[in-house]
Amino acid sequence: MTIKLGVPSKGRLMEKTFDWFADRGITLTRTGSEREYAGAVGGIEGVSLILLSAGEIPRELAAGRINLGVTGTDLVYEKLALWDQLVCPVEELQFGHADLIIAVPQAWVDVDTLDDLDAAAAAFRTRHGFRMRIATKYHRLVRDFLRGAGVADYALVDSQGATEGTIKNETAEAIADITSSGETLRANHLKILSDGLILKSQATLWRSRTAEMEDTDRATLADLLAKLG
Amino acid sequence: MVTRSETLAKAAALRALFEAQGAVVVEPPILQPAETLLDLYGEDIRARAYVTSDALRGEQMLRPDYTLPVVQMHMSHGAEPARYTYAGEVFRRQERDPARANEYIQVGYEVFDRLDPAAADAEVFALIHDAMRGLPVRPVTGDIGILTAAVAGLETTQRRKDALMRHLWRPRRFRALLDRFSGKTPVPPTRAALLEGDVACDAPAIGLRGRDEIDARIAALREDAAAPPLSGGQVALIQSLLDIRETLPYALSQLRDLAVDLPAIAVAVERVAARSDALAQRGIDIDSLIFEASFGRVSMEYYDGFVFGFRATARPDLPTIATGGRYDALTRLLGRGGEIPAVGGVMRPGLMLELEAAQ
Repeated sequence: MTIKLGVPSKGRLMEKTFDWFADRGITLTRTGSEREYAGAVGGIEGVSLILLSAGEIPRELAAGRINLGVTGTDLVYEKLALWDQLVCPVEELQFGHADLIIAVPQAWVDVDTLDDLDAAAAAFRTRHGFRMRIATKYHRLVRDFLRGAGVADYALVDSQGATEGTIKNETAEAIADITSSGETLRANHLKILSDGLILKSQATLWRSRTAEMEDTDRATLADLLAKLG
Repeated sequence: MVTRSETLAKAAALRALFEAQGAVVVEPPILQPAETLLDLYGEDIRARAYVTSDALRGEQMLRPDYTLPVVQMHMSHGAEPARYTYAGEVFRRQERDPARANEYIQVGYEVFDRLDPAAADAEVFALIHDAMRGLPVRPVTGDIGILTAAVAGLETTQRRKDALMRHLWRPRRFRALLDRFSGKTPVPPTRAALLEGDVACDAPAIGLRGRDEIDARIAALREDAAAPPLSGGQVALIQSLLDIRETLPYALSQLRDLAVDLPAIAVAVERVAARSDALAQRGIDIDSLIFEASFGRVSMEYYDGFVFGFRATARPDLPTIATGGRYDALTRLLGRGGEIPAVGGVMRPGLMLELEAAQ
């Protein structure tokens, strides 16, 4: 058996993860052709690299099919109910910073807080005959947040990408999405509610609480974590 | 461990009790159209319904309860008066507590009868009370109609009453609104600037919510800012009302005292009195029956009058064993012009067997 380390399979998240491990003496590399999702681990024995979509890493950790994985806090909280019983955060990696926020059109000068959003939603429902639509892919997190804040008369609509565009396209009236610099929001004439921060997320190394390990794996894991810590 | 077949046998026995009362057995389909029904549930059930779809029939949900499908059926072709009973699975997503079932058996009884609402309330409660006999459970009663009457009777603007009414189901939010309307919470600076007219915006109007809607809300906010604050006395009355938790006779005398200063609740209070008499006639010991004014506020969003629940005395971890209430307004919503006073209740035979087994 080996310790399986799940890492995002593409983009900046993968590169930054490789750099972070390299700084600690562990070299992660992709092998084979550019399109093949295979990798190798140097600097330690008994660890194998699994390249996965960042969105699938929470599920794989929870199922115990990988021992360690790098993915955002947002994805773990959204996808795993009772996440703290399934995975445990090992290290925050200090990149991939992003905030999950609620944003509305800048033209809504009367809406600055969740309180305003709630009142606007009530009026909207009366006027249009349906609930104010909030586009997001973070259904659970957004629903819990809005329930806690006592916002009513909204409906979540699913948006798996280009969420900022849904308002202009009139498929939603507000959005709940991840933003790092806020540039995309501004470019789409949106503003963040002053109390609309749902979650601060960053790339994090997680350990599975459910993965089975042999004694040699345990030693390998301890050795690896010592190098990383 | 209670098996499924034991639960089904218990459910059949409970349903037979209602059939003996002349109730017609109904079996609404497990798959229900989500678009028409889902919106009528409170947000707790709405968020927990399993929704799926097919290309032909659109969004469908696994029934999260029986009451709505039964009301819909009755309103479209039921004869009056009517009594219905049913037993079967309901489905609710669980996202926090793996110990809670996401599929369980409910047995219920629904009464559509114009003649004597107090007697119908007592009938439903007493039948479920009898079915619970011997189990370590304690009933609690309440009345949403008292709360709505109290809010409707406040000396303040209609807009504020509407806002409070909307959040009757969310105690924290309701409290925050009372604080804001009574001037206890200061106006946030962004709101103050908006009211002063100091907000410049050259952003393009995008989306479905138009400029006129934004202007209408600003006008409403200005109007609200000019309205006198809700008096401390009125807030205190609402608070004393919400704090009532007594045996029914004592609760009634407190409610009558409150009705002196809050005359708008008088009619609703007399409904509680009539119900209390009807319950006594059915043999319920009202001297030990708890009335809790805020009962049902969190999770029973379609009830608008009498509400009740039976909780396990020594098992606070268990969900409510039986619940029910009056839902006249729902019949109006699903009635397409018609309406009829209606009251019903459901029991969970699985939990009842679990309690029996522990005895």
